[in-house]
Amino acid sequence: MNIVIRNGHIIDPSQGIDGVGDIYIESGKIKEINIKSMEHGARSTGQKPQSSDVRIIDASGLLIVPGLIDMHVHLREPGFEYKETIRTGTLAAVKGGFTTVCCMPNTNPVNDHASVTEFIIRKAKQEGHCTVHPIGAITKGQKGEELAEIGTMKNEGCIAFSDDGQPVMNSAMMRRALEYSKAFKVPVISHSEDLTLSDGGVMNEGLTSVTLGLKGIPAEAEQIMIFRDILLAELTGGRLHIAHVSTAGSVHLIREAKQRGINVTAETCPHYFSITEDAVKGYNTNAKVNPPLRTSRDLEAIKDGLRDGAIDAIATDHAPHHVDEKLQPFDMAPFGISGLETALSLSLQLVREGVLTRKELVGKMTLNPAKILGLDKGFLKPGSEAELVVIDENKEFEVKSERFVSKGKNTPFEGRILKGMPVFTFCKGKLYEL
Amino acid sequence: MLNSKDLLGIKELSKEEIYLFLDTAAGFKDVIGRDIKKVPALRGKTTVNLFFEPSTRTRTSFELAAKRLSTDVINFSVPTSSVIKGESLIDTALTVQALGADFIIIRHSSSGAPHLLAKKMKASVINAGDGTNEHPTQALLDAFTIKEKKGKIEGLEIAVVGDIAHSRVAKSNIYCLTKLGAKVRLIGPPTLIPKEIEELGVGIFHNMEDGVRGVDVLMMLRIQMERQDKGFFPSTEEYSKNWGLTTDRLSLAKDDAIVMHPGPMNRGIEIVSEIADGPKSVILEQVTNGIAVRMAVMYLLAGVKR
Repeated sequence: MNIVIRNGHIIDPSQGIDGVGDIYIESGKIKEINIKSMEHGARSTGQKPQSSDVRIIDASGLLIVPGLIDMHVHLREPGFEYKETIRTGTLAAVKGGFTTVCCMPNTNPVNDHASVTEFIIRKAKQEGHCTVHPIGAITKGQKGEELAEIGTMKNEGCIAFSDDGQPVMNSAMMRRALEYSKAFKVPVISHSEDLTLSDGGVMNEGLTSVTLGLKGIPAEAEQIMIFRDILLAELTGGRLHIAHVSTAGSVHLIREAKQRGINVTAETCPHYFSITEDAVKGYNTNAKVNPPLRTSRDLEAIKDGLRDGAIDAIATDHAPHHVDEKLQPFDMAPFGISGLETALSLSLQLVREGVLTRKELVGKMTLNPAKILGLDKGFLKPGSEAELVVIDENKEFEVKSERFVSKGKNTPFEGRILKGMPVFTFCKGKLYEL
Repeated sequence: MLNSKDLLGIKELSKEEIYLFLDTAAGFKDVIGRDIKKVPALRGKTTVNLFFEPSTRTRTSFELAAKRLSTDVINFSVPTSSVIKGESLIDTALTVQALGADFIIIRHSSSGAPHLLAKKMKASVINAGDGTNEHPTQALLDAFTIKEKKGKIEGLEIAVVGDIAHSRVAKSNIYCLTKLGAKVRLIGPPTLIPKEIEELGVGIFHNMEDGVRGVDVLMMLRIQMERQDKGFFPSTEEYSKNWGLTTDRLSLAKDDAIVMHPGPMNRGIEIVSEIADGPKSVILEQVTNGIAVRMAVMYLLAGVKR
């Protein structure tokens, strides 16, 4: 099917496009982008569509942006299909405006071997609604003891390496990972947590954890490891990416490292700039996440980090769990938030608050993660695969987890009225009307 | 008068509600001092003691309180229950409710476990200690004992000594006593007193002598030996030397000071026997008062409209 999306506000940070225009999609590829009025330098590229069998979508008043790229999700397959599958997770992604997701290796078996990588990629081709790039484990079994076959897994399709869910506690092992991965030009993603300091904690350490009688995780558990990994990146010249930044101190460390020219990038997640540890009150297990929700001071620092570029990307850390697992006493429930279907709305709030321009926000959800991962996507260019999302910035909706297509109904935003949502997502040659 | 069918913590109570519990308990204390210690107030009701942690004192106290109100009591403890077969907490509690429980008295190692049940149950849920969160009936019986001995609580200087960080008894007492207008100070090593707790309006002392000076009430907490393994203090000997209650230290308190302990005591560690068994100790009276207070709690919760 050929499609014309008309009169939308097209934003593509890679080409500096930020203006109203039309996009022509032919046979799943972008045929032409026609900008009628530009805010920053006019441009018109490509040719007129040839076919007459054309679906016309009026996008007046809507945004058209490259398909969002989520560099941090848990699809749970293989091994935990009761929490999520590649099919349901990618459908949730498409519903949230994402056309590419990168899945963490903490499955069962762990994605620490090319055979598991091959399985995920094959399954994603068969059943996935969007593109899936696996992230391989740094160490075998994510145990932090022996390096996984990073080169072989990269050849099979892994685009980055992480023991996410677990830190690499052994500093020498992390050093080797940052060194060895240079040969294959893949980033090492750090789940930054000093386990001896977090020590079984279940929420942010502070007055709230004291009054709830819940074991706290100090901000320093995250910061110590970020600082260690920054120093190791400096030592080795390896490619370090910091996952799910949650504290003011972490933002400071990363900003300073960048100023010193160290090759480090970082992501945060919508929950860290939208809500605080207050969400835990009443023992709400859907607000139990690792790293934990922090304080309003941290939340503001995360926004500052997004604003000044200390934080490069927004990722969801989509971590679906079964409802029965969350229906337990707080300390027994697993960590994680089902984030794919609320991420865009929560992130658009940053534009309304003036933290980011639309173009900056789109960059942090498309081009920047693509660059970090070395993916040739995150843009709208004639001749390339059409991966895009049409967004109604003003459409409001109430978060109802029962309406999530993800199997994970674990959201701390239940009942919240959010503003801004995708109305069309186009990926893998298919138009999803949302 | 009460806002909730459940007693989950002191945190959620108003000053008026706390006094209602204490005043009602005074009536029940008369009852349990009689020759015939039983009233028919809650005849036909069923109480289930759902204890996921070992407990003799609290469970027995609740059992006696329930029996003296004429309810039928079932003790449902972990080793004999289906919990070991992997049944979830919610399923266990719903089963107990289906058996006809009107009161579910729960002790659990997870903070918030009673709160989780209370949301799902029609029965009154009474927190008999959850993790490191609260132990509300202990705080009520402590307040009752202080009021009985001192005639009032407002304006008293009360010291809580020991492992504040891991003590649900300390937490409930802090909420209770500050709500009732006492001046609360916490004494112990910095590793066992979270610094943020100061924001609850309490004083912090790391030196025992400084902390004890001039207090009306000394509330000693049981020191858990396993804290030593986690590095909270180097040895029980050193703990005892620095924060144990000795007669010399007690002499720094007011002349008419009273000494309390929720039990079970580590004699010779947090408290010496001369004090535990001495004239200033009200430790056994705390135990007796516990029954009256727990009767008051059950009686008042039974009257809450739902």
